[in-house]
Amino acid sequence: MCHQSVGLIARVVEAAGIPTLCMTSALDITQSVNPPRAVFVNFPLGHQTGKPHEPELQRRIVGDAMEAFQTIAEPGSIVQLAYVWDVNDRSWEDTDYTAGFLPERPPKEDADKAEAERRGRFVQ
Amino acid sequence: MPVQYIPRTRELYSDFAPYRWVVNADTPPWTPLAKPISQCKVALMSSGGILYRDQPRFHREDASYRRIPKAATQAELDVWHFGYLTKDAKADHNCVFPLARMRELETEGMIGELADPAYSFMGGIYSGRKVRDELAPKIVDELKRARVDAFYLVPA
Repeated sequence: MCHQSVGLIARVVEAAGIPTLCMTSALDITQSVNPPRAVFVNFPLGHQTGKPHEPELQRRIVGDAMEAFQTIAEPGSIVQLAYVWDVNDRSWEDTDYTAGFLPERPPKEDADKAEAERRGRFVQ
Repeated sequence: MPVQYIPRTRELYSDFAPYRWVVNADTPPWTPLAKPISQCKVALMSSGGILYRDQPRFHREDASYRRIPKAATQAELDVWHFGYLTKDAKADHNCVFPLARMRELETEGMIGELADPAYSFMGGIYSGRKVRDELAPKIVDELKRARVDAFYLVPA
């Protein structure tokens, strides 16, 4: 759903006169919503600009995206980057976003408690 | 092979009527980049549900957004989203909100300037109409006020 939302916003912003570029890891959803410019990385959802604590990988992906910003000349283009999540194990592709994959949404009381705890940390 | 997320979503929510994804078969809107990216003021937005310090969390079908100061640190950011596994993004926001990397690209001169603030919302919104007609115009206003030259969006 994130990919659809981002693509919809990009189209509105682009129509208002500001060039946009969308990152994507869900190629079929991005193809469907059809934003002006997109860069695809075949990583599990939640890692569109790389793995945690790997700043060099993140830097390369984001740098490639900025480069694509100026090389894409055809509206609706999706540049596919060659990064591979794990060269020895592609099993994530079979399990990402399948049944039982997402955790249950916490009950409201737990969410309120977590939020109060976080906000408490930043009270002046 | 890229994962086909549209059929996966259909299976995951098989108890419900199939979700009708937005299909845009037209040529998308187009505004050419006016100058090299190294001279552009670039704004960053993530749909990963990023929160700064004491900002309120996102709710279901929440089409609001948050302003995230450009200088925000990892310790000042949290994640509130139930449409993806947030463990890695919580540990390092740069997985879905590459704020630190964009600051580095600004320092290196690869981009002209990183706009302040950056933006975040919770992208798991079923109503495409709500995103298009309520949220997107507000973002356009923000970007115009900030005189942004280019807009970089990262889903989660």
